Amino acid sequence: MRDYFGKTTAVAIALMATTSVAQAEDVEVLHWWTSGGEAAALNVLKDDLASQGIGWQDMPVAGGGGTQAMTVLRARVTSGNPPTAVQMLGFDITDWAKEDALANLNAIAEGDNWNVVVPAALQKFSTHDGQWVSAPVNVHSTNWVWANKAIMDELGIAEPQTWDDFVAALQAATDAGYVGLAHGGQAWQEATFFDGVAMSVGGPGFYQAAFVDLDEEALGSETMKEVFDRMATLRGFVDDNFSGRDWNLATAMVINKEAAFQLMGDWAKGEFLNAGKVPGEDFLCFRFPGSQDQVTFNSDQFAMFSQGDAVSAEQGALATAIMSPGFQIAFNKVKGSVPARTDLDASDLDACGQQAYEDFKAADASGNLFGSMAHGHANPASVKNAMYDVITAHFNGEFDSAAAVAELVTAVDIAK
Amino acid sequence: MSSNATATVVRTGASARFVIYTLLALFSLFYLLPLYVMVVNSLKPLSEIQSGGMMSLPEVWTLAPWKSAWSTAQIGVEATGLQPFFWNSIVMVVPAVAISTVLGALNGYVLTKWRFRGDTIIFGLLLFGCFIPFQMVLIPMARMLGLVGLAGTVPGLVFVHLVYGIGFSTLYFRNYYQQFPTELVRAAMIDGAGFFTIFRRIMLPSSGPIAVVCIIWQFTNIWNDFLFGASFSDFDSQPMTVALNNLVQSSTGVKEYNVHFAGAIMAALPTLFVYIVAGRYFVRGLMAGSVKG
Amino acid sequence: MSQVAKNRRSGNDWLRDALPKLVLSPSLAMVLIFVYGFIIFTFYLSFTDSRILPSYELVGWENYSKLFRIRAWDTAVSNLLLFGSLYIVICCSIGLALAILLDQKIRAEGFIRTIYLYPMALSFIVTGTAWKWFLDPGIGLQTVVRSWGWESFTFDWIKDGDMAIYTIVIAAVWQTSGFVMAMFLAGLRGIDNEVLKAAQIDGASNFSLYHRIVIPQLRPAFMSAFVVLAHMAIKSYDLVIALTGGGPGTSTELPATFMYSYTFTRNQMGIGAASATIMLMAIAAIMVPYIYSELREKK
Repeated sequence: MRDYFGKTTAVAIALMATTSVAQAEDVEVLHWWTSGGEAAALNVLKDDLASQGIGWQDMPVAGGGGTQAMTVLRARVTSGNPPTAVQMLGFDITDWAKEDALANLNAIAEGDNWNVVVPAALQKFSTHDGQWVSAPVNVHSTNWVWANKAIMDELGIAEPQTWDDFVAALQAATDAGYVGLAHGGQAWQEATFFDGVAMSVGGPGFYQAAFVDLDEEALGSETMKEVFDRMATLRGFVDDNFSGRDWNLATAMVINKEAAFQLMGDWAKGEFLNAGKVPGEDFLCFRFPGSQDQVTFNSDQFAMFSQGDAVSAEQGALATAIMSPGFQIAFNKVKGSVPARTDLDASDLDACGQQAYEDFKAADASGNLFGSMAHGHANPASVKNAMYDVITAHFNGEFDSAAAVAELVTAVDIAK
Repeated sequence: MSSNATATVVRTGASARFVIYTLLALFSLFYLLPLYVMVVNSLKPLSEIQSGGMMSLPEVWTLAPWKSAWSTAQIGVEATGLQPFFWNSIVMVVPAVAISTVLGALNGYVLTKWRFRGDTIIFGLLLFGCFIPFQMVLIPMARMLGLVGLAGTVPGLVFVHLVYGIGFSTLYFRNYYQQFPTELVRAAMIDGAGFFTIFRRIMLPSSGPIAVVCIIWQFTNIWNDFLFGASFSDFDSQPMTVALNNLVQSSTGVKEYNVHFAGAIMAALPTLFVYIVAGRYFVRGLMAGSVKG
Repeated sequence: MSQVAKNRRSGNDWLRDALPKLVLSPSLAMVLIFVYGFIIFTFYLSFTDSRILPSYELVGWENYSKLFRIRAWDTAVSNLLLFGSLYIVICCSIGLALAILLDQKIRAEGFIRTIYLYPMALSFIVTGTAWKWFLDPGIGLQTVVRSWGWESFTFDWIKDGDMAIYTIVIAAVWQTSGFVMAMFLAGLRGIDNEVLKAAQIDGASNFSLYHRIVIPQLRPAFMSAFVVLAHMAIKSYDLVIALTGGGPGTSTELPATFMYSYTFTRNQMGIGAASATIMLMAIAAIMVPYIYSELREKK
């Protein structure tokens, strides 16, 4: 944006364009956080920068969990006019880093000890070839179960610890007339189930082999068939209208005591809190049975795009602000996720948030922190979407588990 | 500009007219139903929507969703509503539609009244160009715009829309002018009238209906375009569709459907205005009856 | 114009000859560069290993062979054939019928015309929500009709993998048939009344007036309508995403959503380019003969 300052001004004046000329001290941020809660979280960052005299040029492009924003980004980069910072997830960052589009943040990283406080599993995405290229803002984890406590108490169900317990609980809820599993039939939501189920069936080793290493044997194994079988079981507990439903409407079903459980990442917590529900009293949050020791995560990061040769002062300020302890806590409190640094005091977060943070640190320490396949942190976008296709087709009954396994192997092969 | 022959000379009896009006009314119902759903729900408070009954009239009538959509809804970091983005769209759409329509008319005129060898192929090329999927265009166009320094500017966006609209404008005018008797044009040429004179005096005055169609098409497509508008604008020139998209597609939080619907209707008002105004020119052309045997 | 005569022309006449071509040339140039140039570029890309951005490393037919192994591509193509043909036929029929009806000296014609036209004005980003509600068995038409007493009425097509594509047809027809009507109405308005009056004097019935004179004269309008509808069918992206998101499962995938997904979401631009090339070839296979036959007959 700055490089082209001269050219842009000249053309603008000559053609009387209506775009205003950018000040030298602004950051242009491309993101998709457009709802009230998300904007409040971003405003924390914006105010922080404002206090340093840096303006915020907002470039929001909502839709598809970032799909549209990524398309716009391509156009901006190709036309030589990249934004200063872009909200990005997982492998997208790596893909852009490979194109040499990202700025080198090592100077700032070293100054603030990022190497120490950011878990290795996260660094995999924030760095490329030893260079820091983005600043992680938060960590969401995806292997959660959200439960309506009133229903559980009414039916005398305890927090399920194993898969069989969980199925029994779902059955009990269904028999009592509630919807067992609240679900929104979109591919990514079914994939979120898949994450938890795969982890509980095959454990961390299987997860690593199948989703990260993309090992054909693991993908085509009996274990994988078992995963699909369990997905089919879950299919039996969703209501007839699940297809196409948005995830927050499914959460609303749990909030309104129409459904007993939802399998969703911890952004669901925000819905509960907004509805005035209290964790532990109105709703429960616990790990997917069988994956209690693991955390499958995804992390929103702001990738810094090269604006010239060196990292600009504003980018540096933005990166520092993002990683500052004060911001990390304030932001994540509003957003519902946990900080990306492991050295903070999380007592300001709510009960589920504090549990999440403890799990996060423990998983990091014990090597159980895995990038979520469903949210683009286990394999690149092409593979992730290929898996989505198979998972959702199977969930919607287009083929059975054995065929699904074969499809999965083929799909991943094409996508690599 | 209305002529004394605005409709057909076909005569219809009373029972036929009854059937005609009934059919027209039934179709009106079909077209209006979704609008009814949108309007009715845009005037309800959110609690009523959440309790169901999408077709029922509001129990509590409120204009708050409209106010919100206009000026206080969350679009990004700022809660500005759609208001700031309207002007961005207008500044971009009006030139694009005007230039595209005029060029289309001229092209249609050339292709039908000033034939030369190869003109059919040229028309075919222009026509086939209508089909190019925009996804194929995005990246190379971004590169081209970047090279000439037009990326992220309003003229750049106008240019993009112009390029991809020209095929259609030409199609509409060419097919319409096809029906114009060439004798009239030849007569004028023999009288010594020039290229532009003939266009102004003979072709244009009777182009009302097709100009309306062309303007409606271009205005709608450019006004409602999202992909080019989002990709080729900067943070301060984002068109209204991007803002509407941001309003509606927020991934978390309560979905304020009433605000969404109010916003969508608001966003469509300029286009509807164009339809209504342009409709006055949608009359039988003055060509009819001016050529005898 | 004879070649001999041309040599003796003055500069003025040369300008008069060249002027039409000059007027046409900017459009032609733009289209050649920004449409056909880009088509060639995409064609080239389909043979490369482009992922997130274009790359120029050739990999032969790999993208094409991968494309044909992807399940969703088959679904997308067959959906397009089904959706496209239904959409075009229904829109043209409704459009023509409504145009003829509206042309009958109707009172409040302008008002009714606007009612038919307005659907196109609404961006599908939000109309999609209204339609989704309408089609949702839980809150939409099915619920309303059942509440009126007809208990067994079922209309859950949108949740059914086999039937969901038809809901897209319904929504698409709703959106565009008014515009098709406008095109036919413009065509009708351009027909010379004298010919019709003469036929009436000769005793022709209304039906044969339309059948023999009016409809054949609408042929250029049909061509425009066909081109516009085919274009919309091929480019339907917003509508599909807003209504079904490609679902249930992958049952309402269309080439436009497929192309977008592979090029931008999945970072597989090579495959996206391959699918685009195949789409264009298919369109050419249909459009070129059609355009040729339409254009050849005129003069």
